[in-house]
Amino acid sequence: MLVVSVYRYNPEKDSAPYMQEFRVDTKGADLMVLDVLHLVKEQDNTFAYRRSCREGVCGSDGMNMNGKNGLACITALSEVVTEDTLVIRPLPGLPVIRDLVVDMSLFYKQYERIKPYLLNDTPAPAIERLQAPEDRDKLDGLYECILCACCSTSCPSFWWNPDKFVGPSGLLQAYRFLVDSRDTQTRERLSELDDPFSVFRCRGIMNCVNVCPKGLNPTKAIGHIRDMLLRNAT
Amino acid sequence: MVTNVTNFSRNGLSDWLLQRFSAVVLGLYSVFIVGYMVISFDGSYEQWSAFFESTFVRVFTFLSILSIAAHAWIGLWTISTDYIKPTAIRFVFQTVCNLALFTYVVWGVQVLWGA
Repeated sequence: MLVVSVYRYNPEKDSAPYMQEFRVDTKGADLMVLDVLHLVKEQDNTFAYRRSCREGVCGSDGMNMNGKNGLACITALSEVVTEDTLVIRPLPGLPVIRDLVVDMSLFYKQYERIKPYLLNDTPAPAIERLQAPEDRDKLDGLYECILCACCSTSCPSFWWNPDKFVGPSGLLQAYRFLVDSRDTQTRERLSELDDPFSVFRCRGIMNCVNVCPKGLNPTKAIGHIRDMLLRNAT
Repeated sequence: MVTNVTNFSRNGLSDWLLQRFSAVVLGLYSVFIVGYMVISFDGSYEQWSAFFESTFVRVFTFLSILSIAAHAWIGLWTISTDYIKPTAIRFVFQTVCNLALFTYVVWGVQVLWGA
């Protein structure tokens, strides 16, 4: 019998958040954490969490499982459970709307800030803007981000300054457009990033790399941004 | 772009670069001074005083004091903006840090080039 302790908070009813324990019979199967949450919801249908694709593509079910952020749908019990206990909390550092559902406005605000789209001031060609295969290769390890927020919400710098520090996810995307050969606004993009908070609040502790469910490396991308800022400076 | 007025250089890149540069200076100075103490220092005041008569030692020491001041200011500013959210209290903390560091620099000059 698996003991599942879940974070509960309904601001309309509860004065404070609390942990609630459920006993779930997994019948010995190595279920995904998301499957366990469904079994919990069968016991109490007021339990709220986000999920959609259930295969690690949509990024909806980012949460904290036994102390580590990840996607519930692609995290097997055997990866996180010790001593038959599973503790589930919402992503740390973001305001809780209800149970495991967090308000991601600040996370999206930082994403919006880095202008996550191609900026090109040359006339549009009749066909798509072409790119050499080696230039395209530079986007590998960057474009795969699904914005699940596991990385940014495991980052202490983002916890303390979510309104000023772009965060690992946003910076990974910032570098994705800085390094894109089809983007012509590299200098303008860099000039938005050289204050003490946006990029430089990263202390390189690599929590982001540790939790990324897609195996990406935001710390490396941040290092590349620093290099670009340095090379662009006098 | 986040606007800042209280950090060392108003600019994240130069703060970051200075933090690295000052760390290298402090690392070299530590090796230098510990190396001297291990290899040829006999523990006497006379030898210590004579060692600091050298212009090179004085300049290197002063550069290290400036590096500590800059390094500490950038670090403490970062800590204060992480953990102290009320602006007035943060400003008081930063002012106290600045005054202390300024005092250490002046005191350092006095020790190195004083009587």
